[in-house]
Amino acid sequence: MKAPAFSYMRAESVEHALELLSRHGDAAKILSGGQSLLPALNLRLAAPAILIDIGRLDELRGIDLRDNVVTIGALTRHVDLLASEEILSSLPLLRQAAAHVAHPAIRNRGTIGGNLAHADPASEFPACMLALDARMVIRREDGERRVDARDFFRGIYETALEPCELLVAIEIPRPQSGSRTYFHEFVRRSGDYAMTGLAALAHLDGAQFADLRLSYFAIGDRPYLARATSHLVGVAITGERIAEAQAALDAELDPPDDQQASAAMRRHFARLLLSRCVANVLERPELAMEAVT
Amino acid sequence: MTTARIALMVNGEKISAEVPARLNLADFVRDQLGLTGTHVGCEHGVCGACTMRVNGEIIRSCLTLAVQADGCAVETIEGLSDSGEIADLQAAFRERNALQCGYCTPGMLITAQDLLLKHADPERTEIREHLSGNYCRCTGYHAIVDAVERTAKARQRRP
Ligand SMILES: Cc1cc2nc3c(=O)[nH]c(=O)nc-3n(C[C@H](O)[C@H](O)[C@H](O)COP(=O)(O)OP(=O)(O)OC[C@H]3O[C@@H](n4cnc5c(N)ncnc54)[C@H](O)[C@@H]3O)c2cc1C
Ligand code: FES
Ligand code: FES
Repeated sequence: MKAPAFSYMRAESVEHALELLSRHGDAAKILSGGQSLLPALNLRLAAPAILIDIGRLDELRGIDLRDNVVTIGALTRHVDLLASEEILSSLPLLRQAAAHVAHPAIRNRGTIGGNLAHADPASEFPACMLALDARMVIRREDGERRVDARDFFRGIYETALEPCELLVAIEIPRPQSGSRTYFHEFVRRSGDYAMTGLAALAHLDGAQFADLRLSYFAIGDRPYLARATSHLVGVAITGERIAEAQAALDAELDPPDDQQASAAMRRHFARLLLSRCVANVLERPELAMEAVT
Repeated sequence: MTTARIALMVNGEKISAEVPARLNLADFVRDQLGLTGTHVGCEHGVCGACTMRVNGEIIRSCLTLAVQADGCAVETIEGLSDSGEIADLQAAFRERNALQCGYCTPGMLITAQDLLLKHADPERTEIREHLSGNYCRCTGYHAIVDAVERTAKARQRRP
């Protein structure tokens, strides 16, 4: 189908965009890469009266590492994340995830800010933000605030952003050296939204976990940080410990049943991802075999 | 403004036009410029039939507004074809029967050429990965991957 009619305004600066947003509020939508908004318009799932195009605001683009914090401008595209040396060396988890987000032609236009503001529960980046303990930098005409990833995602396509606010950047603390990452998702076709996926960050103390953050996506209405990791931190890891953690994970999850996957299938994927992640991070492949569910 | 004046390059030619804000780039080149080589399948980014090059990068023209292309250099399948840039790839598609109805072909060619410009000697899995966003409902993909692989090998042998 074709998009409904709307008015189009090109923002000349961040201040201009904020002024337009505060003037038009609910009637307006920000246009970044358009890779989620334009499908929604073409499918007539959304019909904003006004689009405010921020796509040319170079001040919102770029990746900067300072004082062990990586700051990513909201307009930084998926392809820019994939190509960035800083991301590769400081935030390998984000780089692993970016390779799974959509297809090359879409990654050439889609932006991280648009992706996070869109807050699709099956999306990879929101789960990474949770695993990495990121903070969203949000501006409105009369000020700026920062919101932690765990408070930012509120539900299906729902975030802490108000209609008059713009996500301008994301601040991510650089994980301490020696930290390990794991990323995997189950999909029907490479580049599609996941049926269930996991973005994980771990710190080791010898052969044990000092910290383990398992951030699941496509498992609920928002990315989800598993509590079951408490069974795995600070203990010697065996197949039994993993089975315990899997049972705890199963008890805390309440996955949806939809056309992508049944709830039972998602539970199965989630348990499998847990054991594979632990085996992979500890470099003990036999653990994944012992703990098959 | 519900309409806007845009000026852009299309296949090396300067174009200036008045367009509705809601018009996407695929419909603009097809309906206003008569360049119907760009195909429109799903209109929500899933099929890849509408793939074009904007400022040298492949994009979905159904997910790009014509107003967003203001000031840009746009290349459609007609441009790539007429310049001879992909003549060898087109010949390989023909020889290997990598097209049947041809609906997906313009998008496949542009996406494959994008890969070959970046990786002169891609593995078959890399070819499949790069083409993963392009649906073909006829060929089963195998012949397409063959044609791209053959083109890569032939280009490497060229002095
Ligand atoms: C076929 C297809 C497959 C895809 N597969 C995946 C996938 O596997 N995983 C995945 O994560 N994504 C996927 N996507 C979505 C893609 O990643 C989008 O690029 C991304 O979700 C949106 O980014 P954008 O810049 O295009 O945002 P837009 O489409 O421009 O905007 C999206 C929403 O966010 C709002 N917004 C945008 N920027 C801001 C801002 N700075 N501040 C406040 N609000 C803002 C907009 O108003 C709109 O509501 C897919 C898309 C397509 C078409
Ligand atoms: S028509 Fe654009 S991707 Fe299908
Ligand atoms: S040849 Fe018919 S869709 Fe590809």
